[in-house]
Amino acid sequence: MHPAYSVLLFTTLSGAGYGLMILLCLFGVAGVISSDPVMGLLGFGFSFGLVTFGLMSSAFHLGHPERAWRAVTQWRSSWLSREGVLALITYVPAGLFAIGWITMGDTSGVWALFGVAAAVGAVLTVYCTGMIYQSLRTISQWHNDWVTPIYLLLAIATGALWFNALVLAFGEGRSLFTWLCVSVLSLGMVAKFGYWHSIDTGKALRTPGHATGLARLGTVRQWETAHTQANYVQREMGFQIARKHAHKLRVYALLAGFIVPLFLCLSVVAMEEGRAAAILAFLAAAVSMLGMLIERWLFFAEAQHVVTLYYGAESA
Amino acid sequence: MTSLPESSSGKKLGLVIDLDTCVGCQACAVSCKEWNTTGHTAPLTDQNPYGAEATGVWLNRIHSYEVSPGTHGSGGMTVNFPRSCLHCEEPECVTVCPTGASYKRAEDGIVLVNPDTCIGCKLCSWACPYGAREYDEDDGVMKKCTLCVDRIYNENLEPEDRQPACVRACPTGARHFGDLGDPESAVSTLVRERGGFDLMPGLGYRPVNKYLPPRERRVGADTELAALKPADTGPGAAGDRVFRWLDRALSR
Amino acid sequence: MAEGPAPGEPKVETSPNIADEVKCTTCYMCACRCGIKVYLKDGTVRYIEGNRDHPVNKGVLCAKGSAGIMQHYSPARLRNPLMRVGPRGSGEFKEVSWDEALSTAAGWLGEVRARDPRKLAFFTGRDQSQALTGWWASQFGTPNYAAHGGFCSVNMAAAGLYTIGGSFWEFGEPDWSHTRYFLMFGVAEDHDSNPIKIGLGKLKQRGAKFVSVNPVRSGYSSIADEWIGIRPGTDGLLVFALIHELLHAGKIDLDYLVRYTNAPWLVIDDPGAADDGLFARDAEGHPLAWDRESDGPVDAALPDITPALSGAYTLPDGRKAVPSFNHLVERYSDSRYAPEAVADRVGIPAATIKRIAAELAQAAFEEEVVLDIPWTDWAGRRHDKMIGRPVAMHAMRGISAHSNGFHTCRAIHVLQLLLGSIDCPGGFRYKPPFPKPIPPGLKPAGHEDQIGPDKPLGGPPLGFPTGPEDLLIDPDGTPRRIDKAYSWEAPIAAHGMMHMVITNAAKRDPYAIDVLFMFMANMSWNSSMSVSSVLKSLTEMDPETGEYAIPKIIYSDAFFSEMIPYADLILPDTTYLERWDCISLLDRPICEADGPGDSIRQPVVDPDRNVRPFQDVLIDLGARIGLPGFTAEDGGAKYPGGYADYLVNHERAPGIGPLAGWRGAAGDSHGRGAPNPKQLEKYIENGCFWHMKMPESQRYFRHANKEYLDWAVSFGLIGHADQIVMQIYSEALQKFRLAARGHGERQPPERDRARVETYFDPLPIWYAPLEDAGIETEAFPLHAVTQRPMAMYHSWGSQNAWLRQIHGANRLYMNRETATRLGIGEDDWVWVTSAHGKVRGQVRLMDGVNANTVWTWNAIGKRAGAWNLAPDSPEATKGFLLNHLISELLPEREGGYRYSNSDPVTGQAAWYDLRVKVERVGPADAQRSAPALAALDRLPGLEPPPAISRFGEQFLDKPKGMGGRRGRT
Ligand SMILES: Nc1nc2c(c(=O)[nH]1)N[C@H]1C(S)=C(S)[C@@H](COP(=O)(O)OP(=O)(O)OC[C@H]3O[C@@H](n4cnc5c(=O)[nH]c(N)nc54)[C@H](O)[C@@H]3O)O[C@H]1N2
Ligand SMILES: Nc1nc2c(c(=O)[nH]1)N[C@H]1C(S)=C(S)[C@@H](COP(=O)(O)OP(=O)(O)OC[C@H]3O[C@@H](n4cnc5c(=O)[nH]c(N)nc54)[C@H](O)[C@@H]3O)O[C@H]1N2
Ligand code: SF4
Ligand code: SF4
Ligand code: SF4
Ligand code: SF4
Ligand code: SF4
Ligand SMILES: [Mo]
Repeated sequence: MHPAYSVLLFTTLSGAGYGLMILLCLFGVAGVISSDPVMGLLGFGFSFGLVTFGLMSSAFHLGHPERAWRAVTQWRSSWLSREGVLALITYVPAGLFAIGWITMGDTSGVWALFGVAAAVGAVLTVYCTGMIYQSLRTISQWHNDWVTPIYLLLAIATGALWFNALVLAFGEGRSLFTWLCVSVLSLGMVAKFGYWHSIDTGKALRTPGHATGLARLGTVRQWETAHTQANYVQREMGFQIARKHAHKLRVYALLAGFIVPLFLCLSVVAMEEGRAAAILAFLAAAVSMLGMLIERWLFFAEAQHVVTLYYGAESA
Repeated sequence: MTSLPESSSGKKLGLVIDLDTCVGCQACAVSCKEWNTTGHTAPLTDQNPYGAEATGVWLNRIHSYEVSPGTHGSGGMTVNFPRSCLHCEEPECVTVCPTGASYKRAEDGIVLVNPDTCIGCKLCSWACPYGAREYDEDDGVMKKCTLCVDRIYNENLEPEDRQPACVRACPTGARHFGDLGDPESAVSTLVRERGGFDLMPGLGYRPVNKYLPPRERRVGADTELAALKPADTGPGAAGDRVFRWLDRALSR
Repeated sequence: MAEGPAPGEPKVETSPNIADEVKCTTCYMCACRCGIKVYLKDGTVRYIEGNRDHPVNKGVLCAKGSAGIMQHYSPARLRNPLMRVGPRGSGEFKEVSWDEALSTAAGWLGEVRARDPRKLAFFTGRDQSQALTGWWASQFGTPNYAAHGGFCSVNMAAAGLYTIGGSFWEFGEPDWSHTRYFLMFGVAEDHDSNPIKIGLGKLKQRGAKFVSVNPVRSGYSSIADEWIGIRPGTDGLLVFALIHELLHAGKIDLDYLVRYTNAPWLVIDDPGAADDGLFARDAEGHPLAWDRESDGPVDAALPDITPALSGAYTLPDGRKAVPSFNHLVERYSDSRYAPEAVADRVGIPAATIKRIAAELAQAAFEEEVVLDIPWTDWAGRRHDKMIGRPVAMHAMRGISAHSNGFHTCRAIHVLQLLLGSIDCPGGFRYKPPFPKPIPPGLKPAGHEDQIGPDKPLGGPPLGFPTGPEDLLIDPDGTPRRIDKAYSWEAPIAAHGMMHMVITNAAKRDPYAIDVLFMFMANMSWNSSMSVSSVLKSLTEMDPETGEYAIPKIIYSDAFFSEMIPYADLILPDTTYLERWDCISLLDRPICEADGPGDSIRQPVVDPDRNVRPFQDVLIDLGARIGLPGFTAEDGGAKYPGGYADYLVNHERAPGIGPLAGWRGAAGDSHGRGAPNPKQLEKYIENGCFWHMKMPESQRYFRHANKEYLDWAVSFGLIGHADQIVMQIYSEALQKFRLAARGHGERQPPERDRARVETYFDPLPIWYAPLEDAGIETEAFPLHAVTQRPMAMYHSWGSQNAWLRQIHGANRLYMNRETATRLGIGEDDWVWVTSAHGKVRGQVRLMDGVNANTVWTWNAIGKRAGAWNLAPDSPEATKGFLLNHLISELLPEREGGYRYSNSDPVTGQAAWYDLRVKVERVGPADAQRSAPALAALDRLPGLEPPPAISRFGEQFLDKPKGMGGRRGRT
């Protein structure tokens, strides 16, 4: 699949935004962190920023952004629509919770309800994002049980890294938070390994013989292309990365997305709380975002749509 | 209207494509382009039509494949393979659509895109296993085979012409149009008699369009029995024996 | 009727009115002549569909036909007459008025005509108005006229006309409704493309067996029951082996041979004598047969005789004679034509050849078709049934584009005759005006006494020689035509040799010309056999005069083709939707086997440019220079109304004009009749064609069907109603051979003697393609051929916004195993080298191609800048033209002479004799096609093409929104 930058940005940024939102809400409600209005402002500002920027970038990628509102109408059947609906709905409790926090420093009582609702909304939104991909039977690398959990884990992991940097910056860091980062990142990494293992060993399901229904006559191979100039389907669905590049990129994604941030987190744990720790935590978050972009890019680039079977692919 | 229609009329309009007869001439592809660029989802834009990267929206594409040695005779065959929307009964291209622009008509099962409400998110094209949806960059909306909905019911056309442009044009008669929901229709009969099949049935989209397989190639076996026997096996050189058998009275 | 949308579904307009007006005309996206209906909205062409009532396409339409809109609105259309201002090839032109263009042309032409009309060479390409252009040439007085047939498939036309009185091309067709076995040789698309596709569809439905003999398994061959992947140029051997098998098995329709062919005719057997190999004739000149009943010679034309097919007989005058069939049997029953003997050479196992022979015999003799249709034979005998051998054959350029194509095609016709399957139910059927006498009675004009200043030619420029006396040569043997057609080099060049004109003219061999006038042929590109040498010829200077060796070139094209920069005066034509045209019985009509027909084109839209239909221009020029046929008695124009006027009022012979339908003052007679002023209206009313179905009793055996023959005479198709006896043994060929053996007044010069002796065998022969003899075949081990893509017409299609997306570049197709052996893989770039040049292209592998053959789609490669395409278009950067590898001349022979690279009998260009080697490009080589000729600059007057095409948008009711997107929210 062709990795469209708007979609990569959307899923990584909004994922991190929602992750951050979830943690702010949950820890805020639980009172584990203080309801410092400045921290709230910064935290929610950043979270909303990521989410909104992500949503906007995906909307501008539409052929008709001015009609984007229509996308929320089909929640009964469409995961994309559900994602849109939930994203919009989540703004409300999240916004209210943030207002309570920032203006009144209050995260309890009715505000807490909003906080919990926002966290649930955010989880569901990311879940829908994952399901948009996982539900597609046309792409075996996406139609895979690891996909949605990974979307969730990575959203929470990146969110946690930002959360950790934030609380450290406000002197509210705790090793609990860093350990949380470490564990979610580790889980994410394990899940990613699981995913890669699954797509690498899951044998290619179909051949041109299946696609054309001619398999019983022999081995089917593309001979003449339908047209000499590439069309939309080939540009959108035909993109595929070579194995050796994919391998390299997996290493980069692992390093940037997981290993470096893990290492940085562990250094934070080892360190006294303070400026340096905050900086390291911030670095961990930033580096992991880069890693996530690579991971997301690969998620597309390694995905092979069955339609490629009509266009010369030997299996998909 | 993204959810699939609940009460369906039982009518399933679609195409039956005969891979035994298709010569890959592209007539159906071009007539489709021609009709539809002024039709329901007009225009089917072409980018750089006279430049290096000419690329446009087409609703029907004709591929060619080689099938190498199988069970069908002399070492393989070439199969031409037209591909357009199959108007699936369980089309996820419809259910994934966030806007309802993609819909399946209750009355005849035709899967359409409403060009007035499509936001161009492309998700439906990801959901289609058959590559039947093409995005129009210029128009910002998704386009696909309309089963010539603006021909098949068109009262401004003569009754014989109320069939899809591609079917009307196909020089070899490899394309057939009709109601596959009616077991007695000509297309259903054809599918039954010729062993019409679905593309990738395992995906569960339940295509309405059917493909008829290439018929068994009638390549005889090269055996002694298959060769002709000399007419005259009498004595003498072979050449002389030829002269012997043809030496008979013939009237002009 | 739509029941209306379900609740919540959008309402769809299912009954849009798509046209203000629908006009019928005839397609010209290729030469197949299909009937079309053009839907017009607000004066714009909106939709083109096949005309269901039309006899050719019966409603279907090919890819090109549907893309007609894009051709019609092509940005490469010429807009104004142009006069060259820079050197040839520079593309520097100025736009001039029609007045200036026409007076210049008339000046050049008039001057030549007054001095020596031969100095005009007038050659028209893929033209459908040869009835006009040929007549114009003869009114002008030049023999130097032909259309594209000489490089197309003249050897097959000639082989058919000298054997069965009809031919393949689109002049006949398999009996699609009855045949049980269809054998097709070397056809990818053909001129009759839609009818063939319709027919194949029918065959498939009926379950008849379809065998395709073709080095490549694509297109039609892909749906064949059996694909015979033959080695190019060897079909003759395959056919001989089939004949060999049938002969030994006695599976020959002797009754058919005796009734309908010259198999029983006695051939004089007197080696060394002047009449050796000619038919024995009686005092009146009638050929003789040996009657077994009376044991003596009889007039072979008599009915009810019992002629012998074998044996040797002594004529009353003491000469020995044998039935011609005896020669045939002797030759092909010989073991050198046994399947085992030819298998390796043709690349097909002997057992397969034997089986095919058995299958042919089975279909012909065990599955005969009987139609309950009474008919009367030439001798007046009634037959209550029509009995047919349901084996049909068809062949085209896979046979004709080889230098042995004439004989191979004759071999196929002979095979058909042996099976009794010409014009019988289930066999090959003639389309009127065929069959014609064998060969047709027309002789080419151009002898000395037929040419003179300001004088029409003493006959038609093209015809059918039956002996050396008909050759157009000077006493010393020098060719009288610029293309050397009808000379010893190509005695039966019945369509001329367009491919030689430029080369010969530049070499002034046999003489210099002053004006080259061409129409509708991209001679500097895909219809030249060798691009580089033709470009050299077009730009060659005569050092003595300081002028171009070809001093003046007038060219009419409708588009900015590769040929444009090489002409001096450009006469821009309209598109096919903007003019009158005529697909006439006098040329290549739209007849079906079931009956004759012809058709017209009418202007369905007005030109929006300063262009004129070429036919109007030609008629205008004819009047300006005072050609007799084009000038009225008062000296004014005879056809002031242009081509439309001519179509209605011109009479070739009394009562016979370009159009056969609705003649006579009342418009009620067909075929013959006085001009009818309302004729064109009648055509338009009828969908722009006229067609009639002959009575059932006249639909088969027309070479010997009395009712048909009588009707054909009355209709003006043939001169007399005698039986047309098919010529297995060709006496005309033997006459040339006798001359080569030293008999008669006109004998070939020494250089040509052996050549004529060899290739004018009265029975079909096979020889290796001529190029093989001149080069080291081991150095060039592979055969290279082209195929026509179904969705592209020669070079015109690439300007078409739709078609070029399908065929924007071409690959070199190679057999997978062969390529692997040569270390070549999928998508590799390779050099393809012949003895004459090299091209670079990209490879695609396939299984379905003969192991010794590579091929590519024809004429996809384009010169950069031509056709108003961006210079970096794939046509120029990835596409390549195989013609860079071919040569129009064969390698030098002793004495330094270079023969044309053509069939030695008919002058047919031998495109597919090409031999090549293929090598992977080196690492330093560019991955783009080569040779890359300098890009052409955009022609004056042409606009840069649009960056986006939204064709169709103009018909939407809703206005366009901003930013290039529809504001439909
Ligand atoms: N390698 C290879 N070469 C081949 C062949 C092959 O098989 N292989 N085939 C050969 C054969 S059989 C043929 S017939 C030739 C064909 O070759 P050409 O005769 O050159 O045919 P086209 O490319 O069709 O070009 C004809 C010209 O007519 C112009 N034209 C199109 N429409 C009109 C019109 O309405 N009016 C006017 N005035 N001009 C128009 C086009 O712009 C073009 O310049 O190619 C020959 N060359
Ligand atoms: N779409 C389209 N239609 C056209 C044209 C076009 O350009 N495009 N051009 C028109 C013209 S001008 C012509 S002349 C006709 C020609 O129509 P075709 O005769 O169909 O011409 P080609 O495409 O050259 O096909 C020749 C076939 O012969 C095969 N072949 C080559 N060498 C041999 C051989 O030695 N033996 C055998 N058995 N087969 C061989 C090739 O593989 C190829 O399939 O088409 C006409 N129709
Ligand atoms: S073929 Fe594709 S576009 Fe058509 S209905 Fe099925 S899934 Fe949808
Ligand atoms: S591109 Fe249009 S039709 Fe397709 S899913 Fe998106 S909104 Fe629906
Ligand atoms: S039914 Fe109509 S829209 Fe669909 S492929 Fe055929 S011509 Fe195109
Ligand atoms: S028009 Fe008919 S024969 Fe031609 S590609 Fe389409 S289905 Fe095949
Ligand atoms: S075969 Fe195609 S291009 Fe040729 S005349 Fe017929 S419709 Fe037109
Ligand atoms: Mo041709």
